[in-house]
This record gives sequence, C-alpha cells and structure tokens, in this order.
Amino acid sequence: MQLTADNLACNRGGRDVFAGVSFSLAGGEALVVAGRNGAGKSSLLRLIAGLVRIAGGTLVLQGGEPEAGIAEQAHYVGHQDALKPTLSVSENLRFWADYLGAAADTVESALEAVGLAALTDLPAAYLSAGQRRRLSIARLIAAPRPIWLLDEPTSALDTPSQARLADLMRGHLAGGGLIVAAAHGPIGLERAQELRLGADG
Amino acid sequence: MAVIDLANPTRFLALVNRVLPWLVAATALVFAIGLYRAAYAPDDYQQGATVKIMFLHVPAAWLGMMGWVIMSAAALGTLVWRHPLADVAGKAAAPIGAAFTLICLITGALWGRPTWGTYWVWDARLTSVLILFLLYLGVMALYWTAEEPGRGARAAAILTLVGAVNIPIIKFSVDWWNTLHQPASIVRLGGATVDVSILVPLLIMAGAFTLLFITLHLAAMRNEILRRRVRTMRLLQAQTLSEART
Amino acid sequence: MDEGGGQKLRSFPRKRESRAVSSPASKELGPRFRGDERVIEASIMTAFTALLLRDIRLSLRIGGGALMGALFFLIVVTLMPFAIGPDLNLLARIGPAILWLGALLASLLALDRLFAMDQDDGSLDLLMMGRMPLELAVLAKALAHWITTGLPLVIVAPVLGLMLNVELRAMGWVTLTLLAGTPALTFIGLVGAALSVALRRGGLLLPVLTLPLTVPVLIFGVAAANAAIVGPAPFGPPFTILCALSLASLVLGPIAAAAALRHGLE
Repeated sequence: MQLTADNLACNRGGRDVFAGVSFSLAGGEALVVAGRNGAGKSSLLRLIAGLVRIAGGTLVLQGGEPEAGIAEQAHYVGHQDALKPTLSVSENLRFWADYLGAAADTVESALEAVGLAALTDLPAAYLSAGQRRRLSIARLIAAPRPIWLLDEPTSALDTPSQARLADLMRGHLAGGGLIVAAAHGPIGLERAQELRLGADG
Repeated sequence: MAVIDLANPTRFLALVNRVLPWLVAATALVFAIGLYRAAYAPDDYQQGATVKIMFLHVPAAWLGMMGWVIMSAAALGTLVWRHPLADVAGKAAAPIGAAFTLICLITGALWGRPTWGTYWVWDARLTSVLILFLLYLGVMALYWTAEEPGRGARAAAILTLVGAVNIPIIKFSVDWWNTLHQPASIVRLGGATVDVSILVPLLIMAGAFTLLFITLHLAAMRNEILRRRVRTMRLLQAQTLSEART
Repeated sequence: MDEGGGQKLRSFPRKRESRAVSSPASKELGPRFRGDERVIEASIMTAFTALLLRDIRLSLRIGGGALMGALFFLIVVTLMPFAIGPDLNLLARIGPAILWLGALLASLLALDRLFAMDQDDGSLDLLMMGRMPLELAVLAKALAHWITTGLPLVIVAPVLGLMLNVELRAMGWVTLTLLAGTPALTFIGLVGAALSVALRRGGLLLPVLTLPLTVPVLIFGVAAANAAIVGPAPFGPPFTILCALSLASLVLGPIAAAAALRHGLE
C-alpha cells in the first residue's frame, strides 16, 4: 500500500493555501505535517479525506481496495468530534462503526482500548473534552480502515491518554496502516516522516 | 447543581413522601363522593343527561387556568429568589396544567356534539382554552429543548410571565372577535343561574380535581428532583471514572 | 468524489504477512482490506439502517424536533379562523386547503436542521466518507425526517379536521392525500436543506428556495382532497399525480441533495 502525492495544490475560498506538496508514504509509515497556523495542515488532511477539492497535482493510492476511493479507506479525526450529545457513548460509537463499515461488533473492545469502557451508558453530553476526543479515536479502532488522518490528535488529551494513543498508532503502523497527522509538537511516534508546510512553500 | 442546592430539596422530598399517601387517599375519597353526587344530580330539562359532562368539564377548565397561576408564581420564584424548587415546581406544573386543559377541550367537544351538532365550535370560551393549551405546549417545548435544566429555567419563567400578562389580552380579543362574527346566537356553556342541586356536586368535583392536581404536582416535583439528582450523579461518574483511570 | 484529483487506483497484490502485535488496534486487521462484494452490500444495508435509526432516535430524544412540526401545524390551523371568521360552513369548505397549507409550512419548519446539525458537529464530513453512496445516506436521513416530522402531521390532521368542521368521512380522504403528499414535501425540501448547508446560510434561505418548488404538490393535494369531498371531478387523476410527485421526488430529491452537498466542498 502506497499513498503518493505529487505537486498537490489546495485553494479554499479563492485563497491559495498551499501548492507543490509532494510526499510518498508506504504501509507502516507515518507522516507528520508541521507548519505555522494557517499553513494548510488541516486543509491537507481534509484534502486527502476527500472533503476539500484538489486544485492541482495528483493523489494516488496504490494497493488499496480497487473499487473504493481514498476517502472510503480513510479515517478522519478533525477538530469536531462528530458526537451527538443526546446519544450514549456506546450509541455514538456503534453508529459510526456500523456506518463506516466495521466487520464485526467491535464497540466494546474499542471503548476498552481508549479507556472509556466504564462510561458506556452515559450520554456523550456529560463527557469532558478529552473524553470526547478519546471517543472519536475509538472510531478508528471500531471500524478498521488503512489510512488514519489525524488533525492535532493529542490536543485535549492528558499524558496517559497521549501514551495510549501513541500505542494505538504504533499498532496501526505495525499492522501495515498509514498515518498522516497534523501536529504542532511531537505525537509520540519515534520514526515518522516530516512534512513542513508554509516555510518553503 | 452543587450539593448545597440539594439540601433544601432533601427536606422537601421527605415531606412529600410523608404527605403523598394521604393525599392520594383524600383524592380518591372526594372523587368518589363527587362522582356519586354528580350521578344523582337532576338532568337538565333541555339537554338531558349530557349536562353531566359539566362536572368534569368545568373543574378541568378551572384547574387548567390554575395551573398557569401556579406556574406564574413559580416563575416569580425562579426569577426573583432563584430558588431551585421554584423551577422544579414550574416545570412539573406545565404538563399537568396542559393535561387538565386538554380534558376540558375533549369534554367540551363531546358536550358540543349533542348540544351544537358538531364537535367543535369557534366559541369564545373554547377558543380561549385552546390557546391556553397551545401556550402550555409552548412552555413544555421550551423545557424539552433545553438540555441543561438550569438554562431552561429562566427562559421558561420569562415565557410563563409573558403568557400570564397576555392571557387576559388574548381572552379579551377572542371575545371581541367572536361577538363580531356571531352575535350571541350560540348557547353559552354553564349559564349564570345554576341550581344548588347542581352547584354542590360541582363544587365537590372542583375540590376533587384540585386535590388531584396537588397530588400529581407534588409527585411530579419529586420525580423531577430525583431526575436532576440522577443527572448530577452521572456527571460526577463521568468525572471520577476518568480520574480513577490515570 | 474528487474529480480534479485524478485519483487512480490499481489493484496491486497486497502483502499481508502474519503479524503478532499485542496492541488492540491490530486485533481486527484480518478482514479489513478485503473487498468482497457481498460483504460490501451487507455493510451498506447496515450503514443505511444505522443512519435511519440514529436520526429517528435523535429527533425523539431531548432537544429533538419530532413533535415541533405537529405543534406548529396545530397553531397555524388554529390561527386560520381568526383571520377568516368562525363560520363553520365556510371553514368546512376551505378546511382541506387550510390543512394542506398548514402541513406544507410545518414540514418546512424542521427541514432547516436536517443537515445543519450534522454540519455543526462534524458528522457531515464523516457521513461523506462512508462506503454507502451519499445519495443513499441522504435518502436515509430524509426518510427518518419524514417519519419523525411528516407522519405526525398526517396523524394529527384528523383532529384538526374536526375543529374545522370537515366531515369525518371526508377527513379520511384528506388524510390519505396528506399521507401520499407529505413525502414529496420532505424530499423537495431536502434539496433546499442541502443547498443552504452547502452555502453555509441557514434559516430564511430554505423556505425561499423550497416553497416555489412545492406548488405542484399543493395543487394536486388540495385538488384530490376537494374532489373526494365535493366533486364533481373524480378523485383518481389528481391523487395519482400526487403519488407520482412523491415517488419522483423520492428518487430525484436525494440525487440533487447529494450533488448539492458534494458541490459544497471547498
């Protein structure tokens, strides 16, 4: 599995966010996108997720599912949690697992993996910011997809949760998955390519 | 929703639990007497036995209006003294008041069928009661929409008071609208002259309805307090469990 | 999805060696890259019902708008006699028209929230990343919306008909036309809801976009209802056209709405 971007350009609302971005990422590799605010880190992730139109260049995934697009093989964790406050923790997760195509009933083990197993029946409205973030990370485990797109995944997480997330990411990479993460600081992965946006164009 | 707020409701809960069985018994007793007296009240010489719907219809109308009075008092308590029980009282009263108003509307329609030949007439009184019902539904919708109990409280209190100011105006305009279109061609409900043989059972029934309202209101307040406690406890659960994990 | 991107997919034989990693993430790795057709079909069905049930559940929970439409309907119908006058004969004659207008306005009321809530909390992004075609996702949301807001209108309509002095037998016919016609209102409004989300302008834009499009539904709905009550024209033709409008919008509405949502991508 190989995700290759060649000379990607992004234009949002008439403003050129970035241009000439190239990278190549094989299965088991991670890419950390860095850069100052407004350099287009989030835009790049949304672009890979198919949520922002590609203004120029090519983005190719080799070795994925032949009939599915990149977006259908990717998970996107953005700044918003995509959680419904009136649904319970497990209802929220079960919906996304079913919708995003989980192969089996993985809700329990996914909640276990992010340390929310004790809060299963609680409405999501009662969760703190960190707990909400962990619940949206549980999505990645409940419905396995090869590409993870993480926008500042460590924000709102305390140190133990950050370590737990790093474990999950390492497991994903070891299983042959890909990770593209936008981050200001280190996210706990020892070996990761770095892509700096904005500085050199 | 600190622990201090729960201190006063705790005493209230203890009181309610002691009083409630007696209230239930009293309600049942007065209802039994009222229904018995109503059943043996004389029939109307024009309307026959259908006039007995009045024994349900008129008290329901009174209590429907009293519900709004109670809510207005509770709204003042919420806005002026910010007493946590006041909001609970207001919230608990809304569906009960709406239910009594609905009973009034339904019995009115059932009474209207043999009297007017149709279930519904845009009579001034019926129409005013219908609008009161709609106002109740509005307040209930407001409580329903607010996720946090505290945030809904002040909004509902303001709406209740605005409604209280508006109800006489609405009543007046509906009366005016009605006389404009139908100059007194319709039999009005509950004429001015009521015989004692009807008045006594009617008053007993009104007493029974009042007791029923109070019983339901106290029980609903208790349920609402317990519901809020459950909420507070679950919020605490979310906090402590995440701390225990680390 | 991203036509500008030139996304080329070649089916390469994949290496999948057996791995032994103890992290929970790797437990489910076995079936994850498999593209079996039947599995995909089944997962689309699962996704469809999951979305349908979620939206129904959401609108029944606290803060959901399930009964607001019916309440609005009741208020609109109550206001009519104050403007027209309490003449029961007149009200009975125009009752079906009042009910249809009320249902039209009430079914528009909640449409505003249909996509806007999912956009606000980021759910819409993920909905677009599902395996299910976006058209089907939109269809699931629209069906859930009709069940929770359109169907209550049909159910309360007989009570309101009573207040407007419409005969019981005639009310049956009016209710039938509402049952056949309100889906068309939802599915036409769906396009407006998607457009207003794509343009990030909620609220007033929606009725302005949608109301003119509902004119045919109103015409044939009221025509069928009147034909059933007073005649002399037969009930069949307008009612058939009404059903046709509902069925056509059931297909076209989701396609147009999905196109609007995709176009809303920056």
